[in-house]
Amino acid sequence: MISLLSVSGLRVGFGRNPQANEVVRGVSFDLADGETLAIVGESGSGKSVTALSINRLVDYGGGRITGGSIKLRRADGSTFDLTAAAEPQLTKIRGGEIGMIFQEPMTSLNPVLTIGWQIEESFRLHRGLTGRRATAAAKDALDRVRIPDAARRLKYTPNQLSGGMLQRVMIAMAIACNPRLLIADEPTTALDVTVQAQIMALLAELKQETGMSMIFITHDIGLVAGIADKVMVMQGGEAVEQGALNQILDDPQHPYTRHLLHAVPHFAGGGATRRDAQREKQKAAEPALKVDGLVVRFPVKGGFLSRTSGAVHAVDGVDFELMPGETLAVVGESGSGKSTTARAILGLVRSTRGTISASARKAAAGQSALPVQMVFQNPYGSLNPRLTVENLLAEPVIATGGRITAETRAKMAALLKRVGLPENSLQRYPHEFSGGQRQRLCIARALMLNPSVIVLDEAVSALDVSVQARVLKLLIELQREFGLAYLFISHDMAVVERIAHRIAVIYAGQIVEIGDARSVLSEPKHSYTKQLIAAVPTIDRRHERFELDTRQVPSLVRPLGFEPGPANWQQFGPDHRARVEV
Amino acid sequence: MATLRAIFAHPSGRIGGAIVALYLLLAVLGMLGLTPHNPLTQHRVERLHAPDSTYWMGTDLFGRDVASRLMTGIGQSFIVAFFSVAVATLAGTVLGLAAAWFGRRWDGLVMRIMDVVLAFPAILLALLIVAVAGPGTSTSVIAIAIVYTPIFTRVVRGPALSLKAREFVDAARTFGSSAGYIVTRHLLLNLVAPLTVQVTLALAWALLTEAGLSFLGLGTQPPAASLGLMLSDSRNLMETAPWLMIFPGVAIMIGILGFNLLGDALRDVLDPKMRRSIA
Repeated sequence: MISLLSVSGLRVGFGRNPQANEVVRGVSFDLADGETLAIVGESGSGKSVTALSINRLVDYGGGRITGGSIKLRRADGSTFDLTAAAEPQLTKIRGGEIGMIFQEPMTSLNPVLTIGWQIEESFRLHRGLTGRRATAAAKDALDRVRIPDAARRLKYTPNQLSGGMLQRVMIAMAIACNPRLLIADEPTTALDVTVQAQIMALLAELKQETGMSMIFITHDIGLVAGIADKVMVMQGGEAVEQGALNQILDDPQHPYTRHLLHAVPHFAGGGATRRDAQREKQKAAEPALKVDGLVVRFPVKGGFLSRTSGAVHAVDGVDFELMPGETLAVVGESGSGKSTTARAILGLVRSTRGTISASARKAAAGQSALPVQMVFQNPYGSLNPRLTVENLLAEPVIATGGRITAETRAKMAALLKRVGLPENSLQRYPHEFSGGQRQRLCIARALMLNPSVIVLDEAVSALDVSVQARVLKLLIELQREFGLAYLFISHDMAVVERIAHRIAVIYAGQIVEIGDARSVLSEPKHSYTKQLIAAVPTIDRRHERFELDTRQVPSLVRPLGFEPGPANWQQFGPDHRARVEV
Repeated sequence: MATLRAIFAHPSGRIGGAIVALYLLLAVLGMLGLTPHNPLTQHRVERLHAPDSTYWMGTDLFGRDVASRLMTGIGQSFIVAFFSVAVATLAGTVLGLAAAWFGRRWDGLVMRIMDVVLAFPAILLALLIVAVAGPGTSTSVIAIAIVYTPIFTRVVRGPALSLKAREFVDAARTFGSSAGYIVTRHLLLNLVAPLTVQVTLALAWALLTEAGLSFLGLGTQPPAASLGLMLSDSRNLMETAPWLMIFPGVAIMIGILGFNLLGDALRDVLDPKMRRSIA
């Protein structure tokens, strides 16, 4: 008797000539009943294509299986080669025997149908249930994924639920017909850390309850610790190493596995913070950036005459000081107001109240009046694809009334060299560079105006781990070299630990805790900070349980004229304070 | 250069390009007077002469050479089409960019006016304008330009709105770039591809509209030649001298086909998503 799934010598190609464009080159693995295999790799490693080949969804993406076999042991004990299966058989197997969840829960569900209808659909298709019996089965499915108040939620449409809730619905649909294999393709990448922790906990519990096998695909080797029994590491379409979880994490054999484990920033609970703090040395110095009582509100219009009925309090009274040469990390989940704060500092959104002052320098031609520059999250979106690198770098200079002289050109070349880009880059276009190189380009562009403050809005979040590590290193070097102050906005605690001197935790538009990085990370005082830190996945937390928390984030919409009460701060040391919780 | 090569590799681009090139050549020869005969000279003795080796496409009711008139007619139609599309492109791009950039009231005002213009069938509106302003070449240009401006406004406004929300525009704002710089460098430069496609397709429509206006006697005025006018003159002689109708009719058809094919090819070549699937 063979194991549940046995893949051997799988090869998958794309395009007109699949043999020539192979993305998966001879991957083999076995999966026993109840086992979880984690496939880990960076973007382009072929990990998703491998998984999509198992239920043959890869056919719809233009892929073709060019070699190897995928043998599935069916419920009746017979084995079945999926590479040779015809479409009608595959339709039965998908959903019935192999369930799948995708990365983006927001777009995986049909926005105009209720979630109840969409879950019932899989019962209708695979079990022939109709009417009330289908509804009852759908309610049970939602109960299984711990969605509170399931009966009422069945009537919701996807837009009424948060990302985490939607991913639960997706899981409910995938396991509705008790598949014996669940494929999860980066199921938590689009979610916040605390939600990610909840979904991971849910998957682990469901696995124990149902005894199903799972293939878990991720780029984050830190995540596999909590869920996998076996790990397969992929690079360039090949499985470079596979083995039991502990063996891979503790005793990696292949250099690429070692590299991945090394590159992933391991969260050390404040143990790995930087020791070059600037604060004590320059007590008297003027802050590079001072934000005082920043408030950003967006009007909410409603009703027949579309009158302003309230306001979204995106940022509600944020103040902080940023010293020269210092990094202040702003952490929080999506919707907490951290990006809005950054955009208000740069004047991209209008602040309702509050002052933003940067240490004013003499604004000569070719230098901006406000010496603050920004690097955006998406390196593909923040560079105009139709301009050459030379034109891209020239823009800030032209914008501030400068001229492109031999001196400016020399500066461009020097900066490009400094951020580690080839010398012949000036005449090239953005699409000729990789994601990491583009982000270096954005950093060079921000440096063209000699700023004293750079706002980094999730600047390394979109990069692969090994690229991320190198860009972070560059940022730290540049900070020391030019005495830059960074406002580093991120949701990733492990990255923040590497670069921050100080940390501000922002929740529902307000700073709830701020202070020295080591102190905040090692002794968090506010319950939200504690929750954030507890949710960080690390390879040291093998098979650790995480309590399910299904609270929804509070609404930030407030009635007109609402003002939050004055903040009560409690001091916990020379540079560490937190809001008193009610 | 790469674009030209890609068009040549594209099957409909090759055919469309060849047709458009041939028409351009005929038009230029016609305008330079390098025609087999003088298009205006009336050979009284040889009226309604069937096509032969002297008169390749026969002669009309006044004994004028159809082939020569066809060449000058193509030239005439092209001039009207090019100028009207040029005006429409300029006006539409400026209006579309203004609507997208200033938003709110500007957007509402501009787009509602465009909706009104677009609500009329193209030929009917052109007729109306020409009827008010009086027939002639320059009024045809203006009429056709007005009729096709809303299409360009829409083609520009939509993508301009989405470009305006892109991160590189935000980045430009953080440097303090001026509105003019952002609109020309970041919006317009990224609109070149869709505009090129639209211009090619609009040329086909403009050719047809010009032919329609001339057919109705409101475009090019006799004795000058134009494809629509020639078609109109052939109506009563359809049975006795079918070549009078066939040649200009086929010329209009193939010309429009050529621009449409070229437009399709351009759309495929300039759209980066399509480029990948071809390559």
